[in-house]
Amino acid sequence: MKRLLTIVSLLFAVLALPVVAQDSGWRYGPTLSEASGDPHPEGNEYMRKFHMELMKHDRDMTLRDGEREIDASLKQCFDCHTVKDERTGDPVTYDDERHFCRTCHDFVSVKVDCFTCHRSTPEGFNEPSPLHARLLDLGASPEFEMVESFITSLETSSDQ
Amino acid sequence: MSPKDNFVLPDLPENPSRRNFFKSGAAAVTLTLAPGITVMAFGGTAASAAGADAGKRWGLLIDVNKCAKDCTACVTACKDENGWAGYGDPEQNSQWIRKVTMRNKATGHETEMPVMCQHCEDPPCVDVCPTGASFKRVDGIVLVDKHTCIGCRYCMMACPFKARSFVHEPVNNQKPHAPRGQGTVESCTLCVHRVDKGQIPACVEACDATGHGAMVFGDLNDPASDISKALASYPSVALRPDLDLNPGVRYANL
Amino acid sequence: MERTLYREINATQGVWTLAVIMVGLVAIAGWSVLYVEHHGHAVTGMNNQIVWGLPHVFAIILIVAASGALNVASMASVFDRTAYKPLSRLSGILAIALLLGGLLVLVLDLGRPDRLLIAMTTFNFSSIFTWNVLLYIGFMGIVAVYLWVQMDRSVHPKYVKPIGIVAFVWRLILTTGTGSIFGWLVARPGYDAALMAPLFISLSFSLGLAVFLLVLIALYRLDDRLIGDEIVARLSHLLGIFVAAAMYFAVLQHVTNLYAAEHAGFERFILFEGGVITTLFWWGQIALGGLLPLALIFGKLPTNVPSRAIVASMLVILGAFAQLYVIIIGGQAYPFEIFPGYEVTSSFFDGAIVSYSPSFYELALGVGGVAVAMLATGVAVKVLRILPTNLADKKS
Repeated sequence: MKRLLTIVSLLFAVLALPVVAQDSGWRYGPTLSEASGDPHPEGNEYMRKFHMELMKHDRDMTLRDGEREIDASLKQCFDCHTVKDERTGDPVTYDDERHFCRTCHDFVSVKVDCFTCHRSTPEGFNEPSPLHARLLDLGASPEFEMVESFITSLETSSDQ
Repeated sequence: MSPKDNFVLPDLPENPSRRNFFKSGAAAVTLTLAPGITVMAFGGTAASAAGADAGKRWGLLIDVNKCAKDCTACVTACKDENGWAGYGDPEQNSQWIRKVTMRNKATGHETEMPVMCQHCEDPPCVDVCPTGASFKRVDGIVLVDKHTCIGCRYCMMACPFKARSFVHEPVNNQKPHAPRGQGTVESCTLCVHRVDKGQIPACVEACDATGHGAMVFGDLNDPASDISKALASYPSVALRPDLDLNPGVRYANL
Repeated sequence: MERTLYREINATQGVWTLAVIMVGLVAIAGWSVLYVEHHGHAVTGMNNQIVWGLPHVFAIILIVAASGALNVASMASVFDRTAYKPLSRLSGILAIALLLGGLLVLVLDLGRPDRLLIAMTTFNFSSIFTWNVLLYIGFMGIVAVYLWVQMDRSVHPKYVKPIGIVAFVWRLILTTGTGSIFGWLVARPGYDAALMAPLFISLSFSLGLAVFLLVLIALYRLDDRLIGDEIVARLSHLLGIFVAAAMYFAVLQHVTNLYAAEHAGFERFILFEGGVITTLFWWGQIALGGLLPLALIFGKLPTNVPSRAIVASMLVILGAFAQLYVIIIGGQAYPFEIFPGYEVTSSFFDGAIVSYSPSFYELALGVGGVAVAMLATGVAVKVLRILPTNLADKKS
């Protein structure tokens, strides 16, 4: 019983850490990249909480009803929230962990399902092919090549 | 029933200075519901700003006689517009629109014509879709909602025109107006993003640019539209008329 | 009267060996699924012509077998054949396990298996797929209740018959639904026939019983329990009748098609010019899966009853696999008839007969589904009192 109490109180202490840290001025959480343009009139807290509801609602109106006079489109996020690579000056895609959406979503481990179908950079930029497609094309890593050749040998033997 | 009907938007904080930044509130919903009973139903080919119009039925008329042999302007234009040029196996690549060569077995006469989603009035793909991802807009355009498509491919089994493709590989660099991705099904959208802005589909525009003028786009419900006049003045057929699906795409001189 | 005692099977070395093999097969299947999900279906043999491939053949064979496996229980409680009563628990367990395996294959081959939740929450009721989802879930529930009613001594036996009837009717509707996935497709010449539903039902009778017989004999041998020739001979005889019925519907399907000139091209493809498909049809479905089992069972070819049953059951399963491959792959390999009367060519394989060579991943996923079904059955008979301790013939 005593041990259980210790564990529970330790757990609480760990949970309370971020709160304490926040009070002392250090903000617990991911570091967001600077955005350009005017701030959201609804306020950042509101956007952080409800951006998906807004986008989800408007995507259905656009797709199902053809309502295209909507400002809350995914592509407009990139007007202000594009992270550029310091060296090349190109926008980073969702494959890059610096991508605006990933900074928070990686932190809270919430999967973003937008960029399997939508582009993750502003219009006009030529996105490089996705990481796994490159692996598939070039067989970039030795482990991958090993697995590939194993599969191919199995396939050829099963074909006969 | 569209998903928006049971959606409640979270309350905005007090006095947002840019209230209509999101037009997703009640006002916009009324706007889309209202046009069905307004004069916009008789608007020729110009689309209303308020989205799909239930008074219209968009269609295509393809004059097979005017479709030139070896001309693939419509296919190229569609690829450029919607970005579906695949980099894989030709058997696995998507084809939203394709040129089909037909040879009459009895006479040996050859013709060519483009085939794409026929935008049926009673689309089998919509009937069979388990999640309702395959749907028909009120103006007759048949689309795939890739947000709810689970990639079962039953619509591909059900489509009599082989109009649908499955995306077999990871995709990026999509056009912003034509999202497409691995594991979902796609097909001709009748360039819905252009139609909603009052423009004509890219294939029709490209066909006009070549001077062949084999494709006419317009509102089948409007007797004054070019397409309705053309349909009324000379014979045309639907593909697979035996199925009675009443496609929005018609073929003349076939 | 002798009482039937139901007991868990013992963990013999054979049981363990099989379990380890099954777990291995499931692991390979799991890896294949992750691989395909990561790289897309580009790594499989499926394409925009053959949109449903080997995984669907496996999934449907398991689903059809699931509904058929329940027949032994139905015979006991719906048609009052008391000889089958001791077997009805295994019948129910096997039905649930096979359906589980089949559904798993179907779901894991989706383009977006991560969106299973959408499939379970967003329904389009004009889709036979949606109805099938509900029929499958309902089937599992009803069979679970059916098992509970049979196994719980505190439940009065009078409830077994009504629930057995519900389960029997449900399984007929379920197989009708499975057949209608193809039967209701107007688009393709190989499908679009109301006959698909009874054809699938007849197939489920023979296939389900064959799987049941094999599993039953295997479990009894693994655990050194006695199973008499009488019950095996009875089941084999029944299997023979079901095989004949399944062949009747298959023949009817093709003869009907042959009569109509519009289907002549499709029939020529399946029956004569289809290469692998034609071979599978004549050798797999008709000769090995139909005529030979009939000869074995009714001609009483191997004199030993259990070996006759084992060989016949294996052949019936092989034949069912061939039949479903011909229906699913053959039906897609033959071109669409969008333009009747014309010879058609295009960059999208219009008018062309397409070929399909399944990849390792597809095979692994399908085999994994079978392994899941076997593993689930094994676990059930190990932890629950499913199997009678003795099925030896009564001494007269």
